[in-house]
Amino acid sequence: MPVNIIIFGRLADIAESSLALENVADTNTLVKELHILYPALADAKYVIAVNKKVVNENTSLTENSIVALLPPFSGG
Amino acid sequence: MDKKELYERYQRQIILPEFGEEGQQKLLRAKVLVIGAGGLSCPVLQYLTAAGTGTIGIVDDDVVALNNLHRQVLYSVGDIGSSKAERARHILHQLNPEIKILPYNERLTVQNALILFDEFDIIIDGTDNFSTRYMINDACVLMNKPLVYGAISQFEGQVSVFNFRQTENDEAVNYRDIFPDPPKEGEVLNCAEAGVLGALPGIIGTMMANETIKLITGIGEPLANQLLTYNALNNEVYQLTLSARKETRSLIPENEAAFLQMDYVWLCSSQITHPIAIGSEIDADTFNGLIANGNVDVIDVREPDEMPVANEFSNIKIPLAQLSKNTPLIKSDTIVAFCQSGNRSLQAVKILSGIFGEGKKVYSLRGGILEWKKQKQTV
Repeated sequence: MPVNIIIFGRLADIAESSLALENVADTNTLVKELHILYPALADAKYVIAVNKKVVNENTSLTENSIVALLPPFSGG
Repeated sequence: MDKKELYERYQRQIILPEFGEEGQQKLLRAKVLVIGAGGLSCPVLQYLTAAGTGTIGIVDDDVVALNNLHRQVLYSVGDIGSSKAERARHILHQLNPEIKILPYNERLTVQNALILFDEFDIIIDGTDNFSTRYMINDACVLMNKPLVYGAISQFEGQVSVFNFRQTENDEAVNYRDIFPDPPKEGEVLNCAEAGVLGALPGIIGTMMANETIKLITGIGEPLANQLLTYNALNNEVYQLTLSARKETRSLIPENEAAFLQMDYVWLCSSQITHPIAIGSEIDADTFNGLIANGNVDVIDVREPDEMPVANEFSNIKIPLAQLSKNTPLIKSDTIVAFCQSGNRSLQAVKILSGIFGEGKKVYSLRGGILEWKKQKQTV
């Protein structure tokens, strides 16, 4: 069951802007996987949203969950 | 303004049934404070002025530069070198002389933020750096003021309305509910080198103006508890739902006294968002060499009571916020600015380079006085 991931802002310089991962049951597992795939992501600041809701705690993922990674923007 | 004139100028919005004469009266009574007069704020200011927002404050201590003009569409070539806040006031007054425009040609600091915010109903964040954004967020929470937020990075923009309850049962979400702490060094990629297409702040700024008008008049659904992201390359809009976190309140100063003690620049250590000329930062050794050679003005841009005191070398004390007004104090052709950690001094380089141009060499002491003292101890 793939989980779809969308990457925003300059995080897309580190990881593919859109990708899918298999076998990730929750957001903690997903983050761990992503940090292995893209080590530079571990040093970046971002927030996670699951199905368009920002989540702060480990959240379980189901088939076709859409996870977004958003960095803070400062420009004006 | 008499009723006939009112109808003529604002006729096209008054005839909207949701808006009506009542909406116009609400706008005319509203007081909004726009922080920053750059890329995001230009359209905010233009549309709020045109719509008849009664009182608009503008806070910015910067001057217009040629490389601003591709996105800061209020200004013209003749404005280069002039105060943005003052020029914006003049230009907006031509657009709508019926409203009050209050320019504040100063940098927002913990000292002036709460006093300024107190005079206004809605705060609009069009700034370009994290330290000011966190300061604005905290001040709005402290003073219970709605905050219209917009920010950009390359081809993407974010818009939200913070600290606003649509209904009494809603929880008010603020920026720290999304990003509790400011980013540290390296956590945000390459801000200093990030470019921007002029139309993007135009789009995001226009959305901010629209959200502000909705808040004032009570029409539609403002982006409260929502973060909208827009991608200019593929026109994708992604709207996220936000929720308050219990821990957030503990991160925000709980009263005025605590707010005044905050050092937001320090919090956002090394987070430089202004483009700075390469080589404008110098290390302790180079700094010591410059002092030994003489013919250099060293400027302490910290606030008067900040510790540690720098008495090992002669220096001129001019806090960052007063720098642009006190340039006659600077005589030498070589200038080194320093602060606590090397962040504000980089802003000082930007201000001084803008004023002196090629005429003087301006440097910032990397790591600030703290790093310099540490180096001295290890020698």
